[in-house]
Amino acid sequence: MTALLSQEILSCIGRQSAPKREIVTRRDIRKYAIATDNRQAKYLAGDVAPPLFHVHLFWDVVPLSELSPDGVSIDTLLPRFPLEKAMAGGLDITYHQPIKPGDWLTATRTLTDIYEKTGRSGPLIFYEVLMEVRNDAGELVVTEKTTRILR
Amino acid sequence: MSLTPKVGMALPERQHLCEVVQQMLYNASLWNGHRIHFDVPYATEVEGYPGLVVAGPLIGDWLHQVVDEWLGDAGMITGIEYSNRVAAFVGETVTAGGTVTAYDPESGEIRLEVYVKNDREEVLAPGVVTARLER
Repeated sequence: MTALLSQEILSCIGRQSAPKREIVTRRDIRKYAIATDNRQAKYLAGDVAPPLFHVHLFWDVVPLSELSPDGVSIDTLLPRFPLEKAMAGGLDITYHQPIKPGDWLTATRTLTDIYEKTGRSGPLIFYEVLMEVRNDAGELVVTEKTTRILR
Repeated sequence: MSLTPKVGMALPERQHLCEVVQQMLYNASLWNGHRIHFDVPYATEVEGYPGLVVAGPLIGDWLHQVVDEWLGDAGMITGIEYSNRVAAFVGETVTAGGTVTAYDPESGEIRLEVYVKNDREEVLAPGVVTARLER
C-alpha cells in the first residue's frame, strides 16, 4: 500500500487547470524556429509551426512576483509532494494536425495519475500530466503526456 | 522529393553547438526564467552545475528536427516518446541522429529510434518517433 502518498495528495488526481487560449502568430513561429537552430524555410518564414511549438505557446506566463527565487513559476496543478528532488521525466506526444499562424488554440492540463514505487536508492513518486491542445472547432491538435519522477 | 525508408537505415546526423545567445533567445521565447539557464554564478555556485544548463525541451526539439529535416515535405511527425536523461551545458556540441526501425509501405507509417548525444558518447535524450509519409 501507499506509504508516502496521503489520501489528500491522491485526491488531487483528476484535477484540471483552467483552459488557456492563445493565438499563433507568424512572428512567434519565426522566433521559435530561429532560437531552436531550425533551418527549414517553411518554419523560418513562419508559414507553419515546427513540432513542439506548443511548448512555446503554452509556457506559463506569470508576473515576476510569482516566480520562485530560482526563476521558476510554480505549477498550481500539483499538490505539495513529500519528495521534491526532480529526476528525469518523460514525454509522450501525439501530433494530430499542423499549427499555422492565425490559429486560436486552447490547452487544458489534467493531473491524470500519482503513484509511488521503490527504486534502488529508495522511494520514488511518479506523476502524470496530460495536456490537450484543441482548435476552436474542438478538434485535437496536440496531446502531450508528461511523466515526472521525484525522489 | 520522394523518400524510401529502409529498416536499419541511419538518418544524417546533425550537430548543434549549445551557444549562449541562442540559449538566451530560446528561454526568452518561452518565458522561461529559470536561473540555471542564464545566471552563471547561480548555476555553478548555488546549484553546483559545471556551467549553464541547456533547456531540456530544446534537446527534445533537436530530436524532432533530425527526423523532420530528413522527412522534408515527404511526410510529417505524428508522435514522439522521449526522456531527458543527462544534462548538456553551454559550450558543448551535441549530435542528434536516428535510425529507421520499422516502415509500412501500405500506410506510409515509419518508426525511428532517435538520440541526442554529447562528445563523450553519452545519450542525453533517447526517443522513439513515429511519422507518416504523404501518400
